[in-house]
Amino acid sequence: MPDALAAQTPRPVFAAFLATLRRDLLLAVRLPGDMANPLVFYLIAITLIPLSLGPEREVLAPLAPGVLWVMALLATLLSLDGLFRSDFDDGSLEQLLISPQLLYFSVLAKVLAHWLVTGLPVTLLAPVLGMMLALPSEGYWALCLSLLLGTACMSLVGAMGAALTVSLRRGGLLLSLIVMPLYIPILIFGADVVQNAVLGDPIRFQLAVLGAFVTLAVALAPLAVAGALRISVDAT
Amino acid sequence: MSFQFDSLQDFIQMSGHGPFVWACYGITFAVLVYLVFSPLVRRRRLIRQHQAWLKQMDRVREVARQA
Amino acid sequence: MSNWQWFHRLGSPRWFYYKTEGWVPWLAAVSGILLVLGTVWGLAFAPPDYQQGNSYRIIYLHVPAAFLALIGYYVMAVAGAVGMIWRMKMAFVVMKSAAPIGAALTFLSLVTGAIWGKPTWGTWWEWDARITSMLILLFLYLGIMALQAAFQSRDAADKASALLALIGTVNIPIIYKSVDWWHTLHQPATLKLTSAPTIHSSMLYPLLTMILAFYIFYALVLILYTRAEILRREGRTQWVIDLVKEEAKKP
Repeated sequence: MPDALAAQTPRPVFAAFLATLRRDLLLAVRLPGDMANPLVFYLIAITLIPLSLGPEREVLAPLAPGVLWVMALLATLLSLDGLFRSDFDDGSLEQLLISPQLLYFSVLAKVLAHWLVTGLPVTLLAPVLGMMLALPSEGYWALCLSLLLGTACMSLVGAMGAALTVSLRRGGLLLSLIVMPLYIPILIFGADVVQNAVLGDPIRFQLAVLGAFVTLAVALAPLAVAGALRISVDAT
Repeated sequence: MSFQFDSLQDFIQMSGHGPFVWACYGITFAVLVYLVFSPLVRRRRLIRQHQAWLKQMDRVREVARQA
Repeated sequence: MSNWQWFHRLGSPRWFYYKTEGWVPWLAAVSGILLVLGTVWGLAFAPPDYQQGNSYRIIYLHVPAAFLALIGYYVMAVAGAVGMIWRMKMAFVVMKSAAPIGAALTFLSLVTGAIWGKPTWGTWWEWDARITSMLILLFLYLGIMALQAAFQSRDAADKASALLALIGTVNIPIIYKSVDWWHTLHQPATLKLTSAPTIHSSMLYPLLTMILAFYIFYALVLILYTRAEILRREGRTQWVIDLVKEEAKKP
């Protein structure tokens, strides 16, 4: 009896969080191709810009902040479909839902893992692509900082869309459709950070707003994701 | 409060803004009419579908009784 | 108990269907009369604007449509929330019905805004804060409709789109504020788009008439859509079968 009880009492929240995080990161590392896809997409998409607008530095430099941000947004968006897909297909999502752990933290761990393998690499790749687009040198730190906060926020917000569409066989396009409007505030402030930094204007306010978005998303998004996952699992 | 235009011609032209104003009213009323009629048409169609289904059920019952 | 009776009744599709049967002609008559009254008043009898001339007459459509487009979103979200919290079938029916109506009104406010923009600003499309927000609202509506349509299971479709509507509700103020901030940042100095300072009563009364007309029209159309959706969902229940048989007797 005590053994059965011990098995039923939930593990400490933090340990469960770490276990989920570790599992998802391991899965990602064992499938490096999936991890590389958003980065390759980002690279190719950025390559299209000089090919369509012309290679002159004067043309590219003013557009660079916005273009770098929009393409980072699209790269994140494309990676979202895989966030819960494999777990849904092999049934481990159902296990997660009925496990005694708080779903809020499991979801947060999954989103954090997703951000570590997509948002963070995208952020790290961005300065290289910035060079290719002749981004003025004042913009690099701002680009990294704004993308660091922005991609975290996009992973959290996007997870809601991914959870809502995970049970649909062809949910990919629909996912983009429902998530993109929600990304607009992040894009506005994120791109403006880089723009302002290039012009030498202060960026503290915009970064603070992005930080507020992340805080709000950390607090609320996992709850919505948990609800959406329940709906999606019940749908089948 | 009085009619604001000198003539019908003037009313239609609205000192050059006529096409814009009339286009807006035309499009809006087209959409409003559509909004009213599309559920009505849908209701009609649903009732007809249900009727067809009921008839089919009757036929099934008839066949079952004869068998 | 009796105070809540109406709420429980409202949860019954059959009760709703028969209750609203008698409302439809009245709502149709009142909204029709008000729409004609407001249109004639606004088009022919309200004085022209001293700056914009006659093109401002589009306001009598643009403002009510934009108004109801926004309120329609909240009607949809609240219905979705009621459905989620009290597991009320009818609330989901109302939610699903509100989406296409809201999308149509958002579309109307965008189109009338664009047509109004041409004679006023000299351009069909201006990235004005309000227009941009309306465009994003249209995207939200379309996303909810697409999600609703994508599910096989009706229950999942209802709950998922209700949840998305609620997520949108949290986001709308953020989107609106962000777009507003973005616009003040980029507003070209030559264009001053913040219009409508004080509106004279001779122009205001027809506007209020039109807003009231659109409100009643919205209620009418929402009821019509909801009734059609009820018939679709309750198709195999006895009361609908009786109703269908009754309809068959009519010529």
